Amino acid sequence: MGEKKKKIIKTIKVDLDKCNGCRACEVICSAFHATPKYSTNNPARSRIRMIRHPVRDIYVPVYAGEYTPAECMGRDKYIIDGKEYDECGFCRASCPSRDAFKEPDSGLPLKCDMCEDDPPQEKPLCVQWCLNDALIYEEREEEVEEEEKPSDAESGLKALTDKYGLEMIADTFARMAQKS
Amino acid sequence: MRYGETGFNLEIDLTRGNIERVETDPKLTELHLGGLGTNSKILWDRVPPEADPFSPDIPLMFSSGLLGGTPAPGANRTIVTAYSPQTLLMGYSMMGGFFAPELKYAGYDKIILRGKSPNLVYIWIHNNKVEIRDASHLRGKGAVETQEIIRQELNQPNAQVAAIGLAGENRVYTASIEQGRSSCSRLGMGAVMGDKGVKAIAVRGTTDINLARPAEFIELCNDVLKYIKFRNEHPVPNVMTILQGLGSPQEMLHVDEKWHTENFSWGNARSRRKDFWTKEVEDRWKEVQETVRTRLISCYNCPMKCGAIISVPGLSAYMMKCFSKLTYTMAAFVDDIDFGFKIAQRATEYGVDGFSTPQIMAFGFELREAGILSEADFAGCPSDNEGKFYWMLDRIVRREGIGDILADGIHWAAQKIGNGAEAYAHNNIKKHEQLPLKLGMLNPIYFLMYATGEKINITQIEGQFPQAPFATKEEREEFISDWIQCPDDKFKQIVMDWEFRGEHSNPYYPTIDMSVDVVDWQEKMHYIDDALGVCAGLSSFPLKPPYHMHNYPKFISAATGIDMDEDGLTKIYNRNRNLLRAINVRRGLRRADEVPPEDHWKKRFPELETQLLDAYYKFKGWNNNGIPTKETLQALDLGYVAEDLEKRGIYDETAPAEKASA
Repeated sequence: MGEKKKKIIKTIKVDLDKCNGCRACEVICSAFHATPKYSTNNPARSRIRMIRHPVRDIYVPVYAGEYTPAECMGRDKYIIDGKEYDECGFCRASCPSRDAFKEPDSGLPLKCDMCEDDPPQEKPLCVQWCLNDALIYEEREEEVEEEEKPSDAESGLKALTDKYGLEMIADTFARMAQKS
Repeated sequence: MRYGETGFNLEIDLTRGNIERVETDPKLTELHLGGLGTNSKILWDRVPPEADPFSPDIPLMFSSGLLGGTPAPGANRTIVTAYSPQTLLMGYSMMGGFFAPELKYAGYDKIILRGKSPNLVYIWIHNNKVEIRDASHLRGKGAVETQEIIRQELNQPNAQVAAIGLAGENRVYTASIEQGRSSCSRLGMGAVMGDKGVKAIAVRGTTDINLARPAEFIELCNDVLKYIKFRNEHPVPNVMTILQGLGSPQEMLHVDEKWHTENFSWGNARSRRKDFWTKEVEDRWKEVQETVRTRLISCYNCPMKCGAIISVPGLSAYMMKCFSKLTYTMAAFVDDIDFGFKIAQRATEYGVDGFSTPQIMAFGFELREAGILSEADFAGCPSDNEGKFYWMLDRIVRREGIGDILADGIHWAAQKIGNGAEAYAHNNIKKHEQLPLKLGMLNPIYFLMYATGEKINITQIEGQFPQAPFATKEEREEFISDWIQCPDDKFKQIVMDWEFRGEHSNPYYPTIDMSVDVVDWQEKMHYIDDALGVCAGLSSFPLKPPYHMHNYPKFISAATGIDMDEDGLTKIYNRNRNLLRAINVRRGLRRADEVPPEDHWKKRFPELETQLLDAYYKFKGWNNNGIPTKETLQALDLGYVAEDLEKRGIYDETAPAEKASA
């Protein structure tokens, strides 16, 4: 058991009822993450996306989360207040089933980083640019157990182990070690 | 690398099916900025003035503005130009929404459509890949419906689609181009698109727009957002509710329509109903609007919510903005706003201008009452006010029977019908239907804007200067105390001295020279907005907007790297203003055409009005016939325009006023 530790959890509360669908969040996100900063803008590079279907009154800003190499088996639908939403309409994954959350030229996955900056931004830029308060930034403190952070090599190896099994990885490692 | 703009236009020859991506000359950006400015330049250069509005030679252009798609809030306007089939002059009509930014991200500043397609087609632009696709399955489909069908068949939920409905296909002169919550309604651009055989343009773009001085630019954007927030929290006091805020009139938000229903005219811009707004009406209208309005919505990158999704039970949802909830209702003399939301659904799918079309219908019924049109013309028409309007809308859009004649708009219909019908065409400027507003005392500023505005649309020429005096000295002082937009203290003085009554009141105050000055400022802001693609609702239209003469040059410099200051921007405005005027002069526009509707004000002052026009032309550097002089044009690097006007003998004509005084 690790030691208990206080941690700040950064949260963006999304109020779908307040969203007016203007996509300012996409504009400023893509500009902020350009190199040099703000030098270009292109919503296709944004780490937040408006899933938007005006005639069906669907307005859902979604943040880019983890990359996943596989599509979901099923694509469920949710009906909320009489409106039908695709499950993808809430999903944060950068996945093969859609073009959201991938760099348009390289296809590399994108992920929201809450606008990490030096000096730090007061709030993520999308929140700052949302004058209708559909996006509200909140910080809360949580007690978490301190974990030792695995190294990059360790987590890479863990992923391979999950996929191929420990035995195969061990065999492969032994074979590679012999060759070199 | 180009900054702000993409530096490429998409040129499509519909006759031959040829598609080209053409690099533009950066020098033209320095001279005209973009949007309306460069559209005018292309129109001047390419099209002989004699061409019919439906000639295949005339390019129909969809343009973004210079700032379109950059992070500048509200820089989302699409400027559509051609010759108007109705006015026969250059028609420019604009829409907000999401189209122009998407076009920029696809890598183009403009789409230029030439020729005519032999079959109905739609155009699909996906970055570098551009296709002309068959649209025969979309014939007769609604303008909103079409957008959805195309997105689905392309499997491109993020594509932006601008489409025409049946009205555009049938070349109805008031046909609009619809796109999301926005539409390009005025001056018949939808008819030109239909004539070219183009049902829709779909665009999806995923490339970058570059900024020359990014940090500086974003700082300016942050200031604009901060100011919008401030203005939303601080409405301008001591003016009517509708004038207090930013954006286009907040008609989707507000349910209180006392002012419009009692002050605007009903029917064919005829009668005022001074006691219309009863408690009963108020309750009913509030209930209806709050029931059908699903959500208030915005255009691209703008926090204002000028539009709404409207879902009337039993009808497919559509989007609405501004004043069209009232136009059909009031033109048809229907007391229930429920009708307005229902008929607007059909009208939006047909794709017609919500300002002109209801008036055309009211005009038709007035001619019937007057016995100028016969009962035979109305065979099958229901007798109730609502039914009559649905019936007439169908006839006009399908160009059936009397509808075929009315589909050309009030001016041309009156000409064709004859028999005294011309007298009923009383609310036009330059052959185009106007807002049904009738007032008492002539306002010299508005007289000039109505008479001379090239946009030919009363609602789009309002501005940053108050529409009426303030009642007290304290109110005036309060107004000017934080008027950061004001380009010169002389305008503050006018506000301070302007009174409701007495020596310093309309029509003789603001004085002639002051009026000309104010109008020039208002026009300037509009021409800059229309070149930059920024919504007038954040700039030239409301009081105390976030964009103004002091920060615009900085925006342009930071976006493009072009050195710009207020003088430089003023020169570009003058160049664009004069070029557009010259295009229309070449099309036959003269002083005699610059007349507001006769009955717009009850009290008219012919002598003063003549002096106002004289002074305005003089200020502009135009001759007394409203034509830019050679010297004026040469000073604006438009010597080639002067040469052309001279060659055509336009400078040899005598102005009517000169004739009269001779």
